[in-house]
Amino acid sequence: MSKYETVIGLEVHVELATNTKIFCGCSTEFGAPPNTHTCPICLGHPGVLPVLNRQAVNYAIKAAMALNCQIADESKFDRKNYFYPDLPKAYQISQFDKPIGEHGWIEIEVDGEKKRIGITRVHLEEDAGKLTHDEYDDTSLVDFNRVGVPLIEIVSEPDLRSPQEAKAYLEKLRTIMQYIGVSDVKMEEGSLRCDANISLRPVGATRFGVKTELKNLNSFRNVERALEFEQQRHAEVLDRGEEIEQQTLRWLENENRTKLMRSKEEAHDYRYFPDPDLVKVYIDEAWKEEIRSSIPELPDERKARYIAEYGLSNYDASILTASKKTADFFEQTTSKNVDPKLAANWITSELMGYLNSEGLEIDQIKMTPDHLGEMISLIQKGTISTKLAKKVFKEVLDTGKGPQQIVEEKGWVQISDEGQLKEEVIKVLANNPKSVEDVKNGKNRAIGFLVGQVMKATKGKANPQLVNKLIREQINL
Amino acid sequence: MAISKEQVYHVAQLSRLKLTEEEAEQYTKVLNDVLKFAEKLNELDTENVEPTSHVLSITNVLREDVVQPSIPREKALSNAPDQEDGLFRVPAVFE
Amino acid sequence: MSLLRLPLKEIHNRLAKRELSATDLVEESLARIAAVDGKVRAFLTVDEEGAREHAKRLDQVDNPVASFGPLAALPAGIKDNICTEGIKTTCASKLLANYQPIYSATVVEKLAKAGAITIGKTNMDEFAMGSSSENSGFYPVHNPWDLTRVPGGSSGGSAAAVAAEEVYFALGSDTGGSIRQPASFCGIVGLKPTYGLVSRYGLVAFASSLDQIGPLTKSVEDAAYVLQAIAGHDPQDSTSANVEIPDYLSQLTGDIRGLRIAVPREMMGEGIEPGVCEQVQKAINQLEKLGAIIEEVSLPHIEYAVAAYYLLSPAEASSNLARFDGVRYGVRKEGENLIDLYMETRSQGFGDEVKSRIMLGTYALSSGYYDAYYLKAQKVRTLIRQDFERLFAKYDVIVGPTTPCVAYKIGENADSPLTMYLKDILTIPVNLAGLPAISVPCGLSEGMPVGLQVIGKAFDESTVLRVAHAFEQVTERLPQPQIGGIRV
Repeated sequence: MSKYETVIGLEVHVELATNTKIFCGCSTEFGAPPNTHTCPICLGHPGVLPVLNRQAVNYAIKAAMALNCQIADESKFDRKNYFYPDLPKAYQISQFDKPIGEHGWIEIEVDGEKKRIGITRVHLEEDAGKLTHDEYDDTSLVDFNRVGVPLIEIVSEPDLRSPQEAKAYLEKLRTIMQYIGVSDVKMEEGSLRCDANISLRPVGATRFGVKTELKNLNSFRNVERALEFEQQRHAEVLDRGEEIEQQTLRWLENENRTKLMRSKEEAHDYRYFPDPDLVKVYIDEAWKEEIRSSIPELPDERKARYIAEYGLSNYDASILTASKKTADFFEQTTSKNVDPKLAANWITSELMGYLNSEGLEIDQIKMTPDHLGEMISLIQKGTISTKLAKKVFKEVLDTGKGPQQIVEEKGWVQISDEGQLKEEVIKVLANNPKSVEDVKNGKNRAIGFLVGQVMKATKGKANPQLVNKLIREQINL
Repeated sequence: MAISKEQVYHVAQLSRLKLTEEEAEQYTKVLNDVLKFAEKLNELDTENVEPTSHVLSITNVLREDVVQPSIPREKALSNAPDQEDGLFRVPAVFE
Repeated sequence: MSLLRLPLKEIHNRLAKRELSATDLVEESLARIAAVDGKVRAFLTVDEEGAREHAKRLDQVDNPVASFGPLAALPAGIKDNICTEGIKTTCASKLLANYQPIYSATVVEKLAKAGAITIGKTNMDEFAMGSSSENSGFYPVHNPWDLTRVPGGSSGGSAAAVAAEEVYFALGSDTGGSIRQPASFCGIVGLKPTYGLVSRYGLVAFASSLDQIGPLTKSVEDAAYVLQAIAGHDPQDSTSANVEIPDYLSQLTGDIRGLRIAVPREMMGEGIEPGVCEQVQKAINQLEKLGAIIEEVSLPHIEYAVAAYYLLSPAEASSNLARFDGVRYGVRKEGENLIDLYMETRSQGFGDEVKSRIMLGTYALSSGYYDAYYLKAQKVRTLIRQDFERLFAKYDVIVGPTTPCVAYKIGENADSPLTMYLKDILTIPVNLAGLPAISVPCGLSEGMPVGLQVIGKAFDESTVLRVAHAFEQVTERLPQPQIGGIRV
């Protein structure tokens, strides 16, 4: 792969989480029976007119700001004309030359290297309906529930240099959209969709090679796989001394290959022109400020703060801030004098492990951040050992009961009574003369074994630090 | 600038209109009449003139994000030339 | 005498005294339609049952005018490009021959609230594209003054229905003169309001930045009443102006002393039939006698209006009419595949004029031609607006003829669309500038009516109506058209 440099640009569509569609009052709720969220306006009946949803504009501005865009002072809507059964008016109301935001960027990190990716533009438009195919009688069926749901299209600069970078960029976009709360960004529900442009050029060349456009990349995995496939194909074609044809291709997930949608000759002539049914939108400073002040701390800032304030590692901070829900969970956990490093460890290892194995989201479990905080406090106070804590942890997840309650009910309180522990220690030492001998000969690891034996004898309830101290005293180290 | 018959065919294709040979010729003539007449506009220097897409000075017409009732599905489909299970039906889409 | 010829005040009196009922008015209208519409062909759909039921409901009220307002019980014709839930709305197109709207236009709702009775839907040029009503996809409309002549268009059915006294008033739409020109040809009053004064919600769009709904009536006073009922801000139309609506009736004082009236020389010279000029000049003299100050002025860019209009309006139309694809409504023509279905549906559904304008508009917007045609026309539109702005800094209204000629013979201009387009030269500039204008009858030429056009400042319908009304008061009323000598 070293002969060529890969150039990728992404066009990402994000459905905005408004209550109503962009130009009519129909609900945007996902999953309703077909054609039940429609009205004359979104069905494109003769004579209807669009009226713009304020919240859609607010969200678009917010998203553009979070992507470091310059926000337009004057924005307008244009018609993109083409025929398709899922497009009732046979034009999509979109934005051509005056998008909501332009000239933005975000930062991505791949293999520890940070890189800034340019955002060409963020514009507002309406979604199309949903087509399904009835293979029995070779027909297509149209559901217009989704038509008119507000979308933003986020167009990147051709700054991405590998499928991995493309994936990282897309993940970062998703995280940012999540943080600012403008979208559900669920690829499986179609609220986040991605098209990609890819081309290859000889390393060192300044001119772009011929690009192909990939459509229907409906998961993060597919984005990466399709781009890898296409990257490979381009390289092979170029290696043979042939030329890439400018085409639009559809990714066939199950067959792990692309299929031609249309060639350059068939490219559309969309005949954009200003939509005469809508008026211009002026975004003044006051409006911009109102939106700006509503933008929460974004993932990069939050990550930097976790590292600086809490002393977390870059790795832990990245994992915690990759999802707003996780970061919020973490912060709630640490709110009551809980050691942030301990909290970070518990979340990134135990909790994430549990979520992965169960296939759950962090807000779908019985454990609350307060539970976790309480549990870590019990560890910090010496009430329970780390070992006991693991049992408590599981019990909270299973029952939703509070850690304190569990500890009391189960009698899982740590034994820190020297007299009681001394008895156990003496018994263990008496039963393990070989290990005692080893310790005396300087084999420190043998202490661990002896501590373990005491723990075992006390069903894990002994305070391990105290046991360690008592063993050393008994052996006269 | 005159429009050729080939361009008329192209424009008809973009507009999803089917033309017979005879119609194509007829429309080529009609369109050329108008386009030739429209060349009159080139007599005017519009270098520094702003285009008018709208006579109104109205701006920022925005609606609050409050759900309004949708129409019953039967009504949505009441004019449908073809339907199946609450969906609009068309011949299979190309591509 | 026909009940539908009574002055509105007389109708109000009789309704109040219960000497007249809504049912009487509806029956009169239906009888008249039965008698003359076979010749005039002003209607595409007559909703006898709906109209009778509505009348019955109104007749249960003691005094409908007191309850609903001045339009109560009046039989009305609605142009067939204005959506009426429950009554077919075809835009005179075969493609929409079976279309049953699932909602009503804002103006239709407003008229219903005002107690006006929808008698039926009036014939027109298909999708409002035309100036003669010959382009109806079903049958042409005939001028009640001379059945061999056109009634004008595109609101020809509305104009003919009012002129032939089939209804008391009608609604039309005006994109380049489609209310004023047929009003002029049929000897009635037609008002195009300022762009944004009347909601377009439910008006099937032809050229969205130019279309306006307005009344066609027998008198200026009636036009003021209808405008009062339909004007006003509509949150469903983003291009609807949020302005205060004055009491138009109180403006009809007959007093125009000191009013400054401009007469553009471009509207009174070359290309205008002498008979038309003569009648309009007489009207201007009358206005002067009434105390108005008349001055000759120039609208230098008016000669470019037709060219600009015939790029801009087809461009918008090409996009507006794309939704007629046979997927969700309309008359579908099956094809072998989806593209064929689109092609067959649209080719068989649309008439020649519509197809030609769709293609023209598509061309004007297409890649590589946008700047040369569409953008250029938009810039010329600015120049035309500025012409008017300059005049309105000094003058209260502009007057001239509505049309350069009287109604012509059916078929006379059918071969050359461009010749027909050029006849819109006096009405089109007003749409491009978004201004209000009225056509009021001002005599006959060759036995056919001539219209005086009064153009006003944006949202100054009051002055436009006042001038037209003052003129109407001192002018002899036109005789009743003979409708080919049909006896009623």
